[in-house]
Amino acid sequence: MLKGENITKDFGGLRVLGDVSFEVKEGSIFGLIGPNGAGKTTVFNIISGLLKPTAGRVIFNGKDITKRPPYEITSYGISRTFQNIRVFKEMTLLENVLVGMHRLFSYSAFSMFFDLPIKRSEEKALREKAFEILSIVRLTDKADLKAESLSYGEQRKLELARALATEPKLLLIDEPAAGMNPAETEELMEEIVHINGKGYTICLIEHDMKVVMGICSHIAVLNFGELIAEGSPDEIKANPEVIEAYLGKEEQSA
Amino acid sequence: MSELITSFWQTYNTLFYTTFVHGMLALSIYITLSCGQLSLGNAAFMGIGAYTATLLTMKAGAPFGVSLIAGGFLPAVVALIIGIPTLRLSGVYLAMATLGFGEVVRVVILNMEITGGSLGLNGVPLKTELWHLILVMGILIYFFIKLRNSRFGRILEAINEDEVAASVMGIRATYYKVWAFAIGAFIAGVAGGLNAHFTFFISPREYGFEPAVDILTFAVLGGTRTLWGPLAGSTILTILPELFRFLGPYRLALNGIILVLVVLYLPNGIINRDTFTNLRRFFKKEENA
Repeated sequence: MLKGENITKDFGGLRVLGDVSFEVKEGSIFGLIGPNGAGKTTVFNIISGLLKPTAGRVIFNGKDITKRPPYEITSYGISRTFQNIRVFKEMTLLENVLVGMHRLFSYSAFSMFFDLPIKRSEEKALREKAFEILSIVRLTDKADLKAESLSYGEQRKLELARALATEPKLLLIDEPAAGMNPAETEELMEEIVHINGKGYTICLIEHDMKVVMGICSHIAVLNFGELIAEGSPDEIKANPEVIEAYLGKEEQSA
Repeated sequence: MSELITSFWQTYNTLFYTTFVHGMLALSIYITLSCGQLSLGNAAFMGIGAYTATLLTMKAGAPFGVSLIAGGFLPAVVALIIGIPTLRLSGVYLAMATLGFGEVVRVVILNMEITGGSLGLNGVPLKTELWHLILVMGILIYFFIKLRNSRFGRILEAINEDEVAASVMGIRATYYKVWAFAIGAFIAGVAGGLNAHFTFFISPREYGFEPAVDILTFAVLGGTRTLWGPLAGSTILTILPELFRFLGPYRLALNGIILVLVVLYLPNGIINRDTFTNLRRFFKKEENA
């Protein structure tokens, strides 16, 4: 579904990603893991069009999307969340989701001004739909509150709902468990599996190996911008290079 | 009594008219500010509109309505043309670019023959009546209320809050920013046309740097989170200097002091989004007490 081909990204003289290739299969949960600063978020930024790679290509459903702007990539069916939450804080939860549904709206400025029935029925129908999306992440009871009033974990869920609202085929989730306690993390992981079950392909960045192992069918490991391993969770767990990247080189010890 | 009212009106009707025009100008910058763009070009757009409308009335004998609408369209077209390259800039760079644009407009008007150069245009027919101003203001307020609860209002606000997040939601930010800029220019142009047709006289210096900053001040003072903010700001800053006329030339310093106080103590302006909720809550408490 999504293919990265030999992606390289330099910031000035610094190589952040070197020749990274990967493939995300339709319907799967793909995990991209690695220590801090390994270049995981850069991969997401390149897929979603916020950054252009220095070399390499991103192919989505057979289409080269490397040089496309973010709003266009969203329209192909890729959506994402951010590691440092970026909900629209001053808007209500419902409005946040409605912004995500931007592409589904079609009424004109003319019908807005004259309050034509087409505008009213469209707003009504899509508001109902936005409620449904909020119910996926169980936030309907707070629909009319401002997003800034939510807890950290709830804001992450809202971001997920907003990303779902764009009707993506592929959902990129950037460190959803960051800053959450173990109970919240577990709940969130269930949420992600649940969303995956609804037919969304998911690509997940995670820093914490344990979190990913349970839910991903396929995992790629980045370290200092290089792909050091790829495979099923069991293969990754047993891979000495991965263990070294996370724990450091093993010395002779008991 | 009725004589008193008549003489009051004769003295202050220009002030009253000006308050309306300033309100429109404040709304013209509000729409660009509401998608996070700091444009200082609105005085220039007002100038383009004023000259367009005036020349159409004076030289072509066009009906007032036609002059006004043309005086809105020309600045909007100019805004579309200059907006496409400049709205890729952000923050202070956009402010600089639009300020530069304002100077270009002023110098062009100053050196053109048809505009009367630095002497300006004298003897503009007095065609603006109170109901014109009320009608235009009414339409604007209606428009902004409708905008707020529509998909377009949400788009502008999303761009304002976080342009990157908005773009990932599939929003083509530059497109909407350019339109907001053009609508602002249209409003400023119409305001300019209305203004020219009751001041009798227009000249390039009315559309230079100072009015550009004044327009921004209206919005900053009043608050940029709701449409009532800029309107409150422009009304206060227009009427206050008249109330304090006895202070002589120092009265303009008062505007400066008020601005400093507001920025220090009410950084979101006099009216922000919670003002009405807070007021309602306040009065409820009073009732309960």
